[in-house]
Amino acid sequence: MRDTAISVEHLTKVYRINRRTAHIDRITDAIVDVLRNPTRRPEYDEFHALNDISLDIPWGEALGIVGRNGAGKSTLLKLLTRITAPTTGLIDLGGRVGSLLEVGTGFHPELTGRENIYLNGALLGMTRKEIKRRFDEIVDFSGVERFLDTPVKRYSSGMYVRLAFSVAAHLETEILAIDEVLAVGDAEFQRKSLQKMKDVARDGRTVLYVSHQPQTVVNLCTSAIYLDKGRLLYSGSVDGAMHEYRSSFSRLRTEQVEAYRRPGTGQIRLDGVRVENQQQNPDDDVVVELSLPPAPDMVGDYFVSCHVDDINGTSIVQCDSRAVGQWFTPAQAHRPVLRIKNLWLKPGQYSIKVSVCQAGILDTWEGADTFEVLPHYPYPELTSEEALKAGIVLADFTYEASS
Amino acid sequence: MTTAKRTIITPPAGIGMPPFRELWGAREVFWRFGTRDIVLRYRQTVVGIAWVIIQPLVAAGLFSIVFGQVADLPSQGVPYLVFSFAGVLAWNLFEGVISRSSASLVANQSLVSKVFFPRMLVPLSTVLSVLLDFAVACGLLAVLLIVFGVAPGWGLLLLPVWLLAAVMFALGVGLAASAMMVKYRDVGYVLPWFTQVLFFATPVAYSLEAVPADLEWLFQINPLTWLMECFRWSILDLYAPPVWQMFGVVGVGLLVLVAGTMVFQKMERGFADVI
Repeated sequence: MRDTAISVEHLTKVYRINRRTAHIDRITDAIVDVLRNPTRRPEYDEFHALNDISLDIPWGEALGIVGRNGAGKSTLLKLLTRITAPTTGLIDLGGRVGSLLEVGTGFHPELTGRENIYLNGALLGMTRKEIKRRFDEIVDFSGVERFLDTPVKRYSSGMYVRLAFSVAAHLETEILAIDEVLAVGDAEFQRKSLQKMKDVARDGRTVLYVSHQPQTVVNLCTSAIYLDKGRLLYSGSVDGAMHEYRSSFSRLRTEQVEAYRRPGTGQIRLDGVRVENQQQNPDDDVVVELSLPPAPDMVGDYFVSCHVDDINGTSIVQCDSRAVGQWFTPAQAHRPVLRIKNLWLKPGQYSIKVSVCQAGILDTWEGADTFEVLPHYPYPELTSEEALKAGIVLADFTYEASS
Repeated sequence: MTTAKRTIITPPAGIGMPPFRELWGAREVFWRFGTRDIVLRYRQTVVGIAWVIIQPLVAAGLFSIVFGQVADLPSQGVPYLVFSFAGVLAWNLFEGVISRSSASLVANQSLVSKVFFPRMLVPLSTVLSVLLDFAVACGLLAVLLIVFGVAPGWGLLLLPVWLLAAVMFALGVGLAASAMMVKYRDVGYVLPWFTQVLFFATPVAYSLEAVPADLEWLFQINPLTWLMECFRWSILDLYAPPVWQMFGVVGVGLLVLVAGTMVFQKMERGFADVI
């Protein structure tokens, strides 16, 4: 008998996409299809969402799961929380798993706050006794006591989310799985939530945390794993996993220089993206030069959308040419220059992601170019780190003293 | 922490029996779902609980006019209204469980794809609201019996048995249908049509007496006929159905429930992937 919170052995999840019958979702169609081709074996496209994962998670650990989109993070959580079944392999859970995959799942808008606490608590695996015992705490934590007997459809979205989170946060399960929910509510509630999650881990229970905002993983987790295309590539410290995660961007960058590896229909492919200043100051304009070949076979104008992403892959800004009324005719080549004014980036590494779109996506180039913002703060006074730490970007601001 | 019971999850294989211990552990979900359905149905309807009385009463009224007056069918000496009301009552129980349980999984698909709990509780819990409707309608039946001076015999004691048989029968169908509807939504269109056909093929609105002798065997092999006869015998003190039908109705109910459960079990673990 193991003494881990969770042990996973050779876990694989394969989604089979039936090439021929992917469109069949009616019994009549299914019957007709079998009658037409009684001897044909179904052909499947196999998609390995998770591939041979083995992992031991001890008690008292807050485990972060990081990886790029489609790496299998959410699939792993769905398997561990028993929402979906593995294709092969084994999961050994050391206790009950409570999940918080989407805030408010199981809330019914017509029911009152009180009724929803009981319904949601039951769904998440609490017994009536447990809910009763924690009821006051839940209500207190959510701060909606005045509206307990109001249907939740009349709640503000903030109240709704706070109540939902509170129920889940007071689960007494030995393992708690969380998928990207801490980014709810106001700053105060976020801080409270984060603290609550830390307490859970301190109790000796185990927290699994998936996030697309790596910053929260750093704040919350005591260890982390890094997934890439369904494989477990790193398991260990948070720093190590974050390092892997960040370096995956540069690997992707070298890969994506070859246009055929990039997603999109490929009717048109960017043949160059260049940031004018590879090193710049926070208050400099970001200038990006794009180069697009002609695509004479294409019908209709297209537009481009350019993102500035930070080192964690979070998009800081999206500059969509539609927003400024700029469309491009495919008949000729274009060399548009994007100039982003009045954006004060914090010092650090940034990368550019460009999409070329019409009705669908024609080309997406992630990490098309990178640039660095130097730590030359554009403020008149020298201040301590403390004065500049919070926030995602800098801003041009003044204080007008009243006299 | 080490004392907690460990759970081993492996890929789905073969046909198993449902995890009774887990179902029992999550009984709160059953209760909450059931009461949620009830609360929701009555909270925002103007007529509220009266609706549960009006619907079978109007149906029985129509049958007594169409079958009793227009077609002048026999009703074994009982006023036609009472006779058909008893039938409608039993039928509504059967049909209500099927229709509500079969649609329940798809109606709760956001839950199925996002939270783990024993999924069987969703279709099972629909029984609660149907039973409440049944109880309310039974109250009206009691009034009708008094008004028309019909006294039930000792067979009334067996009514809970028929009730159980009907629920088991309907749940078996509902469980299988709800599981299939996850993948094939047209089950939701076929099923009401199917129950409609059954309704006319079963002596609900008319008496078995009215069936021509050469067709009677066709009705006698229909387990729903047994169910109707048992119900009516218990409530209206008519002639008793053969004993083999009494046992048969319970046996069929059990059999269908087990079969439906197995179909559900077989398909359950794929729900989140296809719903």
